[in-house]
Amino acid sequence: MRFYARRIGFYALTLWIAVTLNFLLPRLLPGDPYTILLAKLQRNGDVSPAIQNTLRLLLGADEDTGLWEQYTTYLGNLLRGDLGISVTQFPTPVTDLIGGALPWTLGLVGTATVLSFVLGVGLGAWAGWRRGTWVDSIIPSTTLLQSLPYFWVALLFIFVFSVTLQWFPIIGAYDVFTFDGPEWSWAFVGSVLYHAFLPALTIVISSVGAWLLGMRNMMVATLSEDYITTAEAKGLSRRRIFSTYAVRNAAIPSVNGFGIALAFVVAGSLVTEQVFSYPGLGKLMIEAVRNNDYALMQGVFLMITLAVLAALFIMDLVHGLIDPRARHSD
Amino acid sequence: MTDTRTRTAPSSVPPSAPPTAPATTSKPPRRGLRGRLAGQGKLVVGLGIVIAIVLFAIVGPFFTQDPRDSDNAAMLPPQPGHWLGTTSLGYDVLAQLAEGARGSLMVGVVAGLLAIVLSLLFGVVAGYTRGIADEGLSLITNVMLVIPGLPLMIVVSSYLEVRSLFVVALILGATAWPGSAVILRLQARSLRKRDYVSAAKVSGERTPRILMVEILPNLLPILTAQFLFAVILAILGEAGLSYLGLGPNGSITWGTMLNEAQGGGALTRGAWWWFIPPGLMIALLGCALSLINFSIDEVIDPKLRSAPAAAKSVRKARRAGLDVTVHDDGAPVRSGTDAQKEAVRR
Amino acid sequence: MTATTTAGPLSSAAHAEHVARLTPVLTAHDVSIEYEVDPPVRAVQGVSLTLHRGEILGLAGESGCGKSTLAYGLNRLLKDPAVLRSGEVTFHDADGTDTDVVALDGDALRAFRWDKVSMVFQGAMNSLNPVLSVRAQLEDVLTTHRPGLSRTERGERCAELLEMVGVDPVRLDSFAHELSGGMRQRVMIAMAMALEPQVMIMDEPTTALDVVVQRDILREIMRLRERFDFAVVFITHDLPLLLEIADRIAVMRSGEIVELDTAEQLYAAAQHEYTQTLLSSFPSLLGDFSYDDGEGAGR
Repeated sequence: MRFYARRIGFYALTLWIAVTLNFLLPRLLPGDPYTILLAKLQRNGDVSPAIQNTLRLLLGADEDTGLWEQYTTYLGNLLRGDLGISVTQFPTPVTDLIGGALPWTLGLVGTATVLSFVLGVGLGAWAGWRRGTWVDSIIPSTTLLQSLPYFWVALLFIFVFSVTLQWFPIIGAYDVFTFDGPEWSWAFVGSVLYHAFLPALTIVISSVGAWLLGMRNMMVATLSEDYITTAEAKGLSRRRIFSTYAVRNAAIPSVNGFGIALAFVVAGSLVTEQVFSYPGLGKLMIEAVRNNDYALMQGVFLMITLAVLAALFIMDLVHGLIDPRARHSD
Repeated sequence: MTDTRTRTAPSSVPPSAPPTAPATTSKPPRRGLRGRLAGQGKLVVGLGIVIAIVLFAIVGPFFTQDPRDSDNAAMLPPQPGHWLGTTSLGYDVLAQLAEGARGSLMVGVVAGLLAIVLSLLFGVVAGYTRGIADEGLSLITNVMLVIPGLPLMIVVSSYLEVRSLFVVALILGATAWPGSAVILRLQARSLRKRDYVSAAKVSGERTPRILMVEILPNLLPILTAQFLFAVILAILGEAGLSYLGLGPNGSITWGTMLNEAQGGGALTRGAWWWFIPPGLMIALLGCALSLINFSIDEVIDPKLRSAPAAAKSVRKARRAGLDVTVHDDGAPVRSGTDAQKEAVRR
Repeated sequence: MTATTTAGPLSSAAHAEHVARLTPVLTAHDVSIEYEVDPPVRAVQGVSLTLHRGEILGLAGESGCGKSTLAYGLNRLLKDPAVLRSGEVTFHDADGTDTDVVALDGDALRAFRWDKVSMVFQGAMNSLNPVLSVRAQLEDVLTTHRPGLSRTERGERCAELLEMVGVDPVRLDSFAHELSGGMRQRVMIAMAMALEPQVMIMDEPTTALDVVVQRDILREIMRLRERFDFAVVFITHDLPLLLEIADRIAVMRSGEIVELDTAEQLYAAAQHEYTQTLLSSFPSLLGDFSYDDGEGAGR
């Protein structure tokens, strides 16, 4: 139990640091984002003093209040769930925009990640089991897959499948011409799946290599352990040796390493969303950056961080479940 | 495992008997360069590709046209004079590719170096020392590891209006180090317990010297692997940033080429010669570096090479009819533990 | 290199008499095992050995002599790159049937394993699956070989097995990392006893333990053997230990058995010079030993 409490404490600390980074970065980096943003906004009309104040607070251009006071106000706002007002989609609050984009990202990226993990670990286990055979020779080619830039693969897919062959749609999460907005109908779900196929494929193909390789190497190492010999000597069935003795041990580092791999998935999905114009958090963030909508950008950054922390915590739970040594160490 | 304590009864130390080599059947193995490179196909291929790309980056721009000269006809497919065609603004793609190689490689190497230096500091120092320093450094490492890298880079880049190649490399390196730091820390920790380190400590060597002389050389294979990994990451990262419009302004890299390709409608206009080469170069370089990493992996963990090799040699022997048993189909092809191997090696 | 079956190990008349009164349970004839590396290494060369019902046969020799390889070969547990080049291994079941172990394959081999011949490995440190509880590892032997047992019967049998080796059955729910070295080895022995095999091969079962625990474990093994009367192949480099517990001892060197005799004979009148060197290298408690004696190099 203490193990989990410590993990939660760590995640809370990380979140706080992310928040603080959000606060400090515009103030520390060279350049004056506030002036630039203000100039941009004023091109479209007057900017009310209230908005100016909010922006000043956000970007640290306020000369009157001290740094600490700004910080506490910032934290206070956050805790109340106030992430500010979006500049690009004025006057929608940032939280609303994030709320609208989050389900799409969770759906696409979440599912693709899980798929990729399961596929990678499964194939890796099989490849490790069959070492010394022809399977070994195709391992290096998976590294080729891994080195492909996510978005380049996405571009390639679009070029081949959408533009040339016209099998799949180019952009969007669902057919915007047929549907006004999300609705609970089979047709809608079908459209969503149809539009999600290429982006999901991109994410899976680009990230499966890492898990496959890691699992395969762990399987090779595990298979030379003594307890595998014991299992063989006991006359256990091959299936049981594979699953309960080999895979269950070899998979543990993959679960551990999920956190590191997740960073890649996040990065890749972000860009993939941009390529496919998929209305998730990634595209939202890019749009925010393009329009100097710092409030939105910071908000999405925090949301992504939170999502990553949640995923990591789930993996911690899984790890505790499958490895008894973890439960007993503190 | 060989924790044989002394006994009051007869000791368990085997006598210094005559050599116990089981009789061997043929001549000693070839130990020349060819013999050693025989199993290193991956290394050779990887190195070859990397060297080729580096040469292209260094020498290429001298032989190609000016990549910033837009006087050519736009959107030309590959033809003599423009071997990789031109872009929508009339730039020669091959020239840009060569210039881009320089840009991407520079970013990759600088970022990789920065990442390694930082991960050495946070990883090795933390792993070797104990107590507060270790806890503190580890905590920072773990936090930085968990905070999503690309979003953070995007945030930082967005505040900077002017971004040079160097600045972009700095940003990339500053977000790539935690992963390596964790690995290095684990290694340093296990090395700390080795006997030769204890011997050095007992004989009064100071910590910095121990780190330099005893620990670092043993970390060299892992360090190299992590460096190469960081370079791949950095190049991919720069490509991503550039694609999003947050890359180095004013420089040409493979990433900026891809950005302009999509912006210039390469996809919809079918200009495959524009967007395929940059991505392909990135992929090739990444693949080559990964291959090199593979071989290093096998050096670090010999089981990765010896286990499949052992399995293969047994299959060969069986095909030659040397095995008197009817072997089990599909049983896990296990390899001997290190203890058994040691026993064989006299 | 041809197998040297003609010469054979040195032995004595007393040994022949002793053996004549016993029934064999496992016969190995002209076994050769080779490691398929470059160049190939002959680990075991033309070894013939007979294990008799209920006896303790010690297999002694230093590291690398091939004793473990031989044992693994008898049980068809050879790991790559080891290959059984030639030989016959026959198991003489108590019910009268003879099984050609070399020809076993697939399900027949899996059924044979542990049921007729079980093993206790060196250093239970890593021989137990770290992610399974003790109960699970004991039970999977039962589910595989005795599928007819009910859950309660299995549970009872597991508790019974632990009690037999002197471990509290509450430990059934523990994991390997929660047990001490001695306890882990006891669990391994309990596991090896689960199907009441006729032969137990023990590969350096006590080498990794401290002296006191060693004594306990050995006593446990002897007690169990008296009760259940299984044959034991005890592999170790510790010759004096074998002199105490074994009925017969085979001394191996460079893949061959150089001497095979009863324990008493070996102690009193070892014939092969290698055996003599081995014996004399262990200093006696009575102090008739000196560093500049020139006789052996014990510590």
